[in-house]
Formats: sequence, structure tokens, C-alpha cells
Amino acid sequence: MDAAERVRERILAAVPGAEIEVVAGVQPSLRVDPAHLVAAVKFVKDDPDYRMDMCTCVSGVDYPDSGVIEIVYHFYSVEKRLGPMILRTCVPREEARCECPSLTPLYRGAEFQEREIFDLFGVRFTGHPDLRRILMWDGFVGHPMRKDYVPEDQDSLEDMEVAVRPEDTIN
Amino acid sequence: MAARRLADLRTEQLSVNIGPQHPSTHGVFRMNVTLDGETIVALKPVVGYLHRNHEKLAEKMTYLGSMPYTDRLDYLTSMTNNWAYALAVEKLAGIEVPERAEYIRVIMAELTRLVNHCLLVGFLTNDLGCFFTPVLYAFREREKILDVFEDVSGSRMMCNYVRFGGVRVDMSAEALDETRRIVAAFPAFLDEFEKLLAENEILIQRCQNVGILPAPLAINASITGPMLRASGVNYDIRKVDKYGVYDRFSWRVPLGTVGDVYDRYYVRVLEMRESVKILEQALAQIPEGPVSNPKVNRMLKPPQGDAYARIEGPKGELGFYLVSDKSRNPYRYKVRPPSFINLTILEDMCIGHKVADAVVILGSVDIVLGEVDR
Repeated sequence: MDAAERVRERILAAVPGAEIEVVAGVQPSLRVDPAHLVAAVKFVKDDPDYRMDMCTCVSGVDYPDSGVIEIVYHFYSVEKRLGPMILRTCVPREEARCECPSLTPLYRGAEFQEREIFDLFGVRFTGHPDLRRILMWDGFVGHPMRKDYVPEDQDSLEDMEVAVRPEDTIN
Repeated sequence: MAARRLADLRTEQLSVNIGPQHPSTHGVFRMNVTLDGETIVALKPVVGYLHRNHEKLAEKMTYLGSMPYTDRLDYLTSMTNNWAYALAVEKLAGIEVPERAEYIRVIMAELTRLVNHCLLVGFLTNDLGCFFTPVLYAFREREKILDVFEDVSGSRMMCNYVRFGGVRVDMSAEALDETRRIVAAFPAFLDEFEKLLAENEILIQRCQNVGILPAPLAINASITGPMLRASGVNYDIRKVDKYGVYDRFSWRVPLGTVGDVYDRYYVRVLEMRESVKILEQALAQIPEGPVSNPKVNRMLKPPQGDAYARIEGPKGELGFYLVSDKSRNPYRYKVRPPSFINLTILEDMCIGHKVADAVVILGSVDIVLGEVDR
């Protein structure tokens, strides 16, 4: 597959105005701004040279010092047997602006993984068809994978109120 | 008269809750099913009952400290879990693995695949109502393999055997001979197992054309492993990435044609035969030499950066994504669990089928809740 710099140029040509930088490392990757993420992903998905048809892994990483949560996407191409192509995007970590465009309309495989990041990191994925908590229970307060999360006191667990939605009650 | 009374009857959809305490959900897993008569119109999987925030725990531990925890993800396949995690750390820190250790890893991974697929076939027939006879045949073979695991690692299920840059202890000549005996006897068991089930009328009736997963949807939904190949997509990470020493063996990738439950069952049977082929070659080629890299420090501090490594686990692509900040603990430790992501399209496969079929379809996905919930 092309080197990260070349992929960057090709995405820039297809998605004008996108802010993309190359992140060096063992596996070089591209950091895309959230506003142009979907367009960039659409390009690598449809481009005949890349055909990234599988969104294998979606991970969230919390960076409280920089005030961002980074979402890292690992794409592979099953058709062309290429990959991984790694794209990442940073969203603000404060509650009000913690939003990222969802890739679920493009890749079904992102559905549960984005729900997991919503659940554990508190990132709201706009355009996700079914954004609910998945591992923690509804009514749980907080996002346990954030670095500043304080675990609850084990002794007080019994007293916690657990909200039960009507559709979850057992008939 | 009778016709008019029937028309006056009000009908409504019925919402049924299957699980979490139900033997056919393979653990604490729940399905919220909406039924029209007996036909499924919606199905929402509910997971998280076994959630212990494995990923957060790993951030508080050293890299090596998480190794025993990976055993507890998919507790049937601890050897491959160990390997996937070790592969990610080795990629992150640039650690070399001696050749003999690579062979031992392949042997352990393929034995694990035999164990997993045997049990899956057994439990699938359980879900079909053939209660526990095939499972016990599978368990009989599994016991022999677990004896080998116990011999090399000291534990039957929670092996904790693979180390960064190798494996914990060498395989003795006796253990290798025992493995050779098991591998030599395995095809006879497979023949018996296949004869018992593959052409069984009930199995065919219940499994063929049930829960069809079309190839484009399978790829789009990140489905991996035997499920993807049952839909006819030729994608096996052992062939694509050629990690370890998999490029040295000759074997084929079995593919399904329809993508139904029967294909998913049969692909696994064929995969066991290919695993036997790989094992035979690995056991013949295994060289002498060291099994660990002496340069690896117990208090490993990989350079700053991140790495993603994946292997073809028995259930699909098992990946680990690690971020290092040069300290002794991983800054971020993320598991890409195949059984969790393979559940994404459970609803799509079940819609239009009966409840009894949903149980079989779930059985053919092959989930272990320790890995789904983490």
C-alpha cells in the first residue's frame, strides 16, 4: 500500500479543505479533523486503489492533558488484502462538545464499537442509528474508561439507584 | 360465523426475553426478541453482564501483568489470546522471537483451534436439541489436548504460556511426542464426528438456509473468522498477514457457499482438518534452540507510540491495540474481540426465522461472554 504521505495527498485531492497530518510510528497513521472524517473515510472506502471495505477496529484514547479524546480507526481491505490503514481524529473531551461523526452508516461493523466508546468514553456519535450504552447499564453515571474516572466505593454499590427502562422489564 | 369471529380477534406483537439465564445463550447473554406469531421481527442483543472493564484494569498493570488476564477473555482459547497480546507488545517494542518459540506458538494455536471448533460443533448440536452426546465426544478429544496444555504450561484452561519474545518454558520431547500421537489420531475422530453429524437429516433440516449472511454484509459488518469464510469470502489472517511462521506450511482455506448455519458448521469441520495438516508440518519441522528472547526485561517499557496486532483466532480476528507513553503500564490497552463484533449482525440473520432458529443461529456465531463483555 502507499505510504502515509501519499495517502494524505490523495485524500487531500479528493476532500479539499481537510486538515490531515501524518503521525509517524511503528504503523504510520493520518490524523483527520472530525468535520472531514466521513468524507475522507468514504474516499478510502471507494477508491479503487485502496478499497478499505472493513472497519476492523475502532478505539477511543483519552488524553486529559491535551483535553481531547482520540478515536482511532483501523481499516483493512478484504478485497485487495491491504492494511491496516489507520485514521484518527480528536474530539474535545468536555461533555458539551464531545461529539464525533458516526461511521456506522458506512460500516455496520462500527455500530457496537461506537456504542462501546459512547458508553465508556462519553463520545456522542452523531448519525449513529442506535446510540445507547452497551456494556454498562442504562442509568449508570460517568464514563469508566476516562482517565479521570473515580471508581465508586464498593461498599456503597448496594445503595445505587438503577434505572430500569419499561422495555427492559421482564414480562 | 367462525370466520367472522377470527377476524374480530385482535393480534399484537409479542416481546419475549431470552436470557440472561438460559442454557442456549452460552453464558449471561440476553436477547430482546419481538415476535409476530412465532416469527422474529426484531432482536436486540443485550450484553455487559460479565463486564469487568478488563481494559481499565490493564492500564493499572505492567505489560506482563496483563498476560494472565488475557486468558480470561475467551476462556476456551487462552493460548491464542496470549499470542495476540504478545504479538502487539512485540510489535510495539520491536522484540524478536526465536524460531522454536514461533513453532511452539503455532502448535499451541492450532491445538486451541481444534479444541474450540470441536466444542462449537458439540454445543451447536446441543442447541439443536441433541442434548450432550456430541459435546461429550468433543470433550473426550479436548481432554487429551488439555493434558498437553497442562504439561507445558501447568494449567489446563488459563494457560498464561506465551511471553514477549517467546514462550514461558520449552516443550519437552515427551510433550511433543504426545502431541504427535494426538494429531495422528485426530483425523479418525473427525471422520467419526463428521459421519455422525454432517449428513444427519435433522441437522440438515434445521441448519440449511437458516441465518444466511451475505458476503457483502459480512465484510461491511467486520465479521471475521469462520463466519466470514462460511459466507464465501476467502480471508484468513494466517494467509494474509503471514504472522509467525504460517508462511512455511501448506494448507487451504475452506470456504462456504451459502453462508447459512450449515456452512458455518461445516467450515469449522474442514478447518479442523486443515489445522491437523498445519500441526503435522509444524511438528515435523520444529527446530531445536532457545524458546525465549533473553533481552526482554520483566519491567518492559516500550518506546512511545502505538501498535495494532491481530491474529486469526478460532473465533475470528483477535486484535490488540496498545498505546505506550514510555512507562511500565500501557497508556491504553484495547482488545478487538471477535465474538463481540460478530454479534453486530445477529439481528439481520434472525429476522424472519423462528425463535428456535435464533438459538441455533446464535450457536453458530460462536460467542464466549468473557470476551464479549470483557
